[in-house]
Amino acid sequence: MSFLDRHLHIAPIDIYIDPMVPRERVIITHGHGDHARSGHGRVLATPDTIAIMQVRYGADSARHFQALDFNTPLMIDDVEVTLLPAGHILGSAQVRLRYRGETIVVTGDYKRLADPTAQPFELAECDILVTEATFGLPVFQHPRPGDEIARLLKSVADNPGRAHLVGAYALGKAQRVMSLLRQAGYDAPIYLHGAMQALTALYVERGIALGDLRPALEAGKAELAGQIVIAPPGALKDRWSRRLPDPILAMASGWMSVKQRARQSGVELPLVISDHADWNELRQTIAESAAEQVWVTHGREDALVYYCRQQGLVAEPLNIIGYDEGGEGGE
Amino acid sequence: MKAFAQLLELLALTPSRNRKLEALTQYFKITPDPDRGIALAILTGALSFKNVKPAVLREVVTREVDPHLFALSYDYVGDLGETIALIWPHHGGQEDLPGLAELVDLLDTTAKARLPELIASLLTRAEINERWALVKLATGALRIGLSARLAKTALAEMSGKPLQQIEEIWHGLTIPYTEFFNWLEDRGPRPDIAHEVRFHPMMLSNPIDEAVDLARLDPAAFAAEWKWDGIRVQLVLGQGPASLFSRTGDEIGAAFPDLVENAFGEAVLDGELLVGQAFEPAPFNDLQQRLNRKVATAKHLADYPAFMRVYDMLFDGREDIRPLPWTERRARLEAWFGRNPQTRLDLSQVLDFADWDALAGLRRQGALERGHEGVMVKLRTSPYVPGRPKGLWYKWKRDPNVVDAVLMYAQRGHGKRSSFYSDYTFGVWKGNELVPIGKAYFGFTDAELKELDKWVRNHTTNSFGPVREVEKLLVFEVAFDSAQLSGRHKSGVALRFPRINRIRWDKPAAEAGTIEDMQVFVEST
Repeated sequence: MSFLDRHLHIAPIDIYIDPMVPRERVIITHGHGDHARSGHGRVLATPDTIAIMQVRYGADSARHFQALDFNTPLMIDDVEVTLLPAGHILGSAQVRLRYRGETIVVTGDYKRLADPTAQPFELAECDILVTEATFGLPVFQHPRPGDEIARLLKSVADNPGRAHLVGAYALGKAQRVMSLLRQAGYDAPIYLHGAMQALTALYVERGIALGDLRPALEAGKAELAGQIVIAPPGALKDRWSRRLPDPILAMASGWMSVKQRARQSGVELPLVISDHADWNELRQTIAESAAEQVWVTHGREDALVYYCRQQGLVAEPLNIIGYDEGGEGGE
Repeated sequence: MKAFAQLLELLALTPSRNRKLEALTQYFKITPDPDRGIALAILTGALSFKNVKPAVLREVVTREVDPHLFALSYDYVGDLGETIALIWPHHGGQEDLPGLAELVDLLDTTAKARLPELIASLLTRAEINERWALVKLATGALRIGLSARLAKTALAEMSGKPLQQIEEIWHGLTIPYTEFFNWLEDRGPRPDIAHEVRFHPMMLSNPIDEAVDLARLDPAAFAAEWKWDGIRVQLVLGQGPASLFSRTGDEIGAAFPDLVENAFGEAVLDGELLVGQAFEPAPFNDLQQRLNRKVATAKHLADYPAFMRVYDMLFDGREDIRPLPWTERRARLEAWFGRNPQTRLDLSQVLDFADWDALAGLRRQGALERGHEGVMVKLRTSPYVPGRPKGLWYKWKRDPNVVDAVLMYAQRGHGKRSSFYSDYTFGVWKGNELVPIGKAYFGFTDAELKELDKWVRNHTTNSFGPVREVEKLLVFEVAFDSAQLSGRHKSGVALRFPRINRIRWDKPAAEAGTIEDMQVFVEST
């Protein structure tokens, strides 16, 4: 197809991008488990992504880590590799590759909305755009996250005797919710499930201010009344949640726009907060990248490929298996 | 419209009945007429539009969105209304939507040809939640799991008026219920509605406590009848078309034209709705074929003809005879039948018995030979009192059937039980294999639930989404009212009203019941 193949293998330099199985040389776009695996040989990634991988998988989860700052071109033989901010989570990157006059951008997971917990997305023009399509259907038009947080805060104010248990993926979404709450002027303590403490501490350590955070485990039932507790989606209905006073279940995820789905999963307060581009952002990015070819890695690829072809572009689904599990999966 | 959209979302998503009631009460309190009346009509399914149909909405959307992308989206979302609300590409948001009453008036009066244009402009003006509510309202398919009874209960709580008084006049009220709300808020008289559409709240029974009641009650003071396995109904016959009400005052006559169109005379009758040829009641499963349908098909009418087995009379002609003792009402009922020979109504038989032992014998025999659910025992001097008065009517159910079954799968419950594995599927042996025969989620105490939950978590062998498969070790004594043949279950039998009677921590799974054991129950019913 090109110097990059449909498994995101850069043939001239034998490097894989976000491979599912251990490889000798890899570039990792960001720290979510469906993109960053342990057991690779040499890992090239942003300093934040490396720090995240080391917290999640241990310092020796790859034989060697090489940090590459954003917007710093690196020549590997004849291929120029540049990491550009993707705006998805802390340290998340797009990969721009240049080889013999051809430019390819692999977006990884991305969003374009401003978010203090992630370096802001930068658009790059290219010949081939390799894009995600997690929310690649026209029904996904994400609302303003500030409005969603306002709904959460209203519910908190209306139910002073109850805890609000917000389900959020432990890496990225949880810290985004904390940050959104602080932006909205909420300055009460936020209580955290144990599974997200280490990653949250990493965010704080790397300069993201998130205010007063406390372990939920140590708080008594009475203390948690009227408070916000953040836990991974899987813990919402687990025994863990029994310690909370009559909790209202909320969930922060792009999927929450579909009410029937929220209802089926028992979520009372769906918060449509996504770290992925919605349908309009996907289309905007495709247009602005000026790419003539679009490859769609994962998600609702049928619809996005169909759309691109309608625009006169060459478009292919890559059907990469294994992506799309972390991040916005939820239960 | 904003407030209504918020209400609808809360009703759709909160599992708590109390929170739903609270939200409804609050909404009806602060929303002015006629909007709240319109909302009530929408929530209770009383409102529909002549020209606004799902096809019109689909047409409106596919003018703006590529049909193929719409199809892919619909496929993904699975609900037409939600798909339309989410996919609408234009967001005006500047001008608020009109209030509910104005909106409904617009949808009602706009010419068919101009409807698409109107709907498109409304969708653009709406905010996302309003758009969702708007589409639900327009298509009439709320799918939010709200019963009309809950809405009526909220009105009763809001006003302090008894629910019975609301149910009584409910069916005769007209949208937007302004007089009704005036009455609820003590600003006007109770709306006066026609006799034919008036529901009279029913008299209910209490279970007999064999240990206490049998020694205390004089058998000569009581009459007994079979307890029929159908649904309780009230038939109002008069000048106009007849009304057939369910126990909660819902009018269900449209689904049973064979009954309501053939009954005649003037009376308010209380009895059991059953299906079967020549007044021979068929199993409840057969009746189920005709319940929850808006209209009956010709095949249903032929295969499962409906009839009503009458056991009481509330009005004789226009005369309210509820204050009379049961014996006199019964005499009036028999006389009425004599004057009005019916093809779809018959009289429930009064059983002769000398003492409680004799009745117990009849009850056992009826269960064994005829599959009767039990007997009803009614004080001969009792007036017809709505509600569940003590000491007047008793139900004496047959002893439940029990079977020892093995726990196979457990699923998380809802609401307060959502962190507990509280729904249990159990099975019996078919050779060396277990086959599921039913599912139950009550019959145990909170303490037992905790133990069961722990047991499930410690014995899980497999997970399928919210369902866990467990080691086939734990035996439940399952009680049930009857067993019927069923093509839907692998075991070929389905239990009616199964519940966990006891947890047999002590019993080895190999000694649980078999499919052959179940056949006996099937044959006896």
